[in-house]
Amino acid sequence: MTNSLETVIRENGTNIHLVPDKKFKTVSITAKFKSPLSKDTITKRALLPYVLQQGTVTYPDRKAIQTALDRLYGAVLSVDGSKKGNNHIMTIRLETANQKFISDEASIMDESIDLLQEIIFHPISDNDAFMPSIVTREKDTLRQKMKSMKDNKASYANMRLIDEMCQNESYRIHIHGYEDDLNTLTPESLYAYYQSVLKHDQLDIYVSGDFDSADMKEKLIHKIARDQVPDDVEPIPDMEKQVHQTNEIIETEDVQQAKLHLGFRTHITYADNEYAALHVFNGLFGGFPSSKLFRNVREKHSLAYYAASRLESHKGLLFVLSGIAPDDYEQAKNIIEQQLDAIKQGDFTVDDMDDTKRLIINQLLETMDDSKGLIELLYQQVIADSDKSPYELIEMIKNVGKEEIISIAHQCQLDTVYLLSSKGGGSNE
Amino acid sequence: MNKIAYNEIEEILYKEKLANGLTVYLLPKREMAKTYGIFSTNYGSIDQTFIPIDQTETITVPEGVAHFLEHKMFEQEDRDVFADFGKQGASANAYTSFTKTAYLFAATDQIKQNTTTLLDFVQTPYFSKDSVEKEKGIIAQEIEMYNDQPEWQVFMESLRNLFHYHPVKVDIAGTVDSIRTITKDDLYTCYDTFYHPSNMTLFMTGNFEVDHMMDWIRTNQSAKHFADIPDIKRNYPTEPDSVAQKESTLVMPVSVPKCTVGIKELSDELYGDAFLKKDLLQSMVLEFFFSKGGSFYQTLYEEQLIDDSFHFETDLEKNFGYSLIGGNTVDPDRFAEKTIQLLRSVQKKSFTDEEVERMKKKQIGQLLRAMNSLEFMANKYIHYDTVGVDLFRVIPFIQSLTADDFNSFIQDWIDDDRMTVCKMVNE
Repeated sequence: MTNSLETVIRENGTNIHLVPDKKFKTVSITAKFKSPLSKDTITKRALLPYVLQQGTVTYPDRKAIQTALDRLYGAVLSVDGSKKGNNHIMTIRLETANQKFISDEASIMDESIDLLQEIIFHPISDNDAFMPSIVTREKDTLRQKMKSMKDNKASYANMRLIDEMCQNESYRIHIHGYEDDLNTLTPESLYAYYQSVLKHDQLDIYVSGDFDSADMKEKLIHKIARDQVPDDVEPIPDMEKQVHQTNEIIETEDVQQAKLHLGFRTHITYADNEYAALHVFNGLFGGFPSSKLFRNVREKHSLAYYAASRLESHKGLLFVLSGIAPDDYEQAKNIIEQQLDAIKQGDFTVDDMDDTKRLIINQLLETMDDSKGLIELLYQQVIADSDKSPYELIEMIKNVGKEEIISIAHQCQLDTVYLLSSKGGGSNE
Repeated sequence: MNKIAYNEIEEILYKEKLANGLTVYLLPKREMAKTYGIFSTNYGSIDQTFIPIDQTETITVPEGVAHFLEHKMFEQEDRDVFADFGKQGASANAYTSFTKTAYLFAATDQIKQNTTTLLDFVQTPYFSKDSVEKEKGIIAQEIEMYNDQPEWQVFMESLRNLFHYHPVKVDIAGTVDSIRTITKDDLYTCYDTFYHPSNMTLFMTGNFEVDHMMDWIRTNQSAKHFADIPDIKRNYPTEPDSVAQKESTLVMPVSVPKCTVGIKELSDELYGDAFLKKDLLQSMVLEFFFSKGGSFYQTLYEEQLIDDSFHFETDLEKNFGYSLIGGNTVDPDRFAEKTIQLLRSVQKKSFTDEEVERMKKKQIGQLLRAMNSLEFMANKYIHYDTVGVDLFRVIPFIQSLTADDFNSFIQDWIDDDRMTVCKMVNE
């Protein structure tokens, strides 16, 4: 095990991260464009991933792109957007089989880099506008996506919880954008915005797999780096919101199972020293099947199939998620709150704590066995503007003490309880 | 212990069949931090009708027993197995499919101890009346969760349309009503019949020393007593080639309607190369037409009939097979009509060598990519092994496919009697 997972080269306004690892049978190149979350740009950023996959100058339609990908031994292109704290990240990823496993194929890597460069820097356009037919069609795709969000009840409930919890914070911005903004968006305005993404977004490019570092560095600097150095993007400071009273929201839909989601404020993010203790706290509380939530809500009281907690590491939030019978709302909520109280009172053993640490470390090491997982872990540092590597985080987790966990539990404030219940079904209200 | 080296993909696999009948595969990968172990029985939701071990009469157990049994295995008389794995830094899980029940762990530490825990808990059943009753609340919530998932409802309804009698049409978890009738005796009957080591496979892959690991497993198994290797008598109904129902419509409160076109694949107990050939051709042909950029995908896309939820899948097992094509659509009727029309046109297609080359490259690349994952290798290896296929020989097999293979496959792939449509609308 080595301690330096990546070599970072800063060149022409781009950070190139080389992550050589012999265990992978593929090489993946991942470009991440980062910009502050903003209502003004989110709809454009939600639409761009769809448009960029529909054609380039050399490969003018989706079919031509796909044929090129197929020829590269089924290389896989993915473009998507995600929310990390108060940032929006657009990720463009190309994963290609390593040519060493394929006889008589020595140019796959070069061709892959060319293709990715083409997709990022030369989307098909006409007179400083994306092709109107593509934009019109992809607006429909996105519109349908916004509409169908509601059909996945767990993610809908999570979205509604954040709507309510973060009303005045940029984190509430919907990842798929807004229909009103979509309607006014044009091929010209989208193209102009993309040019500004290329110039001003922070760009980090990760390469992982088994490759020659010097050669790869040379190729990427030559092919992908931008000419312009972007302006330093100041992170938007977040108002530290202290919770004075827990908000309770109950809504109904035509569902069989109620979704009970709780939003807590931890006031701790990745860069903070307490982050490792927060991780261990989350593990004890609801991160695993051996955690308090699973053992009590599910195993002891048979109230749910799933009951778990998840961290939002860059915004300082913790979510509890469970699916329950509508009539069990009060009981389930009370049991969940009791689990937090138990940790506050130190109701866990040093063994419980050590087991949890091992589980978390196991999870982090496992994530690093997956090329996509590894890059997401490394990118945490970019988002948090922190030099805490995954291995350092692991060391810090090992050193967390019981008192620190108890103090984290006291720091966690329940901001909002959101229940998506059945129509006419009892919420005991 | 047999050692098989696959030089092209740089893998070495070790195999041993133990005295009690258990098949063990070890695939060491020392460059990984993680080890993944899966202990799988050749028993799934479709094995509902069988002759219990030591009996003579065929019985049919309630829907959802295999899955219920999987849940209950984690509870031992005095403790919960999740906690044991937790103490050993491992994450554990299990799943039940139509044809398999599998228990698994992933860990970066204490691998031997975790392997023992895996073997021991799956080989020590403990079911009590109370604990069986308590589990019903949990599984009922699992079923209700699926009841709220429109995609799952369309999937199961498509299978009900495709199959007249085959138990693949039955939901793996059963129904809230069927699980109420499950007793601890049902669980013991199924356990005793299907969890004999001779019906099971242990596959370990990751960071361990292979000789020590095999010794460790041998010692663990030889210390336990099992009945003589039984001959399991399963009973599957005779299933016609045609679909049970050509079309049906589900009503659920969805924001965007859905539609799926299903193809009932001919499956006549294929084995070895014959199975693999059909399995590959079925999925490569679907990929060719329906993946992004494929000609059928493009047609549906240009006619505004699909969005990015569009997907297709195909499954081939020893005694059933199906392919499903569908997703959200603003117009389920037109989606169905157009998709069926496109599928009917396949027969007239003649694949060129260039197209076949491209399909093969894509399939090989996808397989190599999937092989980055220990989970994929272990699960897929076991899946193929039960039908006589060696996962690590699939790449050369793909390379050997010819345009003639594809052209003869599509001659009788599509048949109106073997297609069904499932729509989902708001009201």
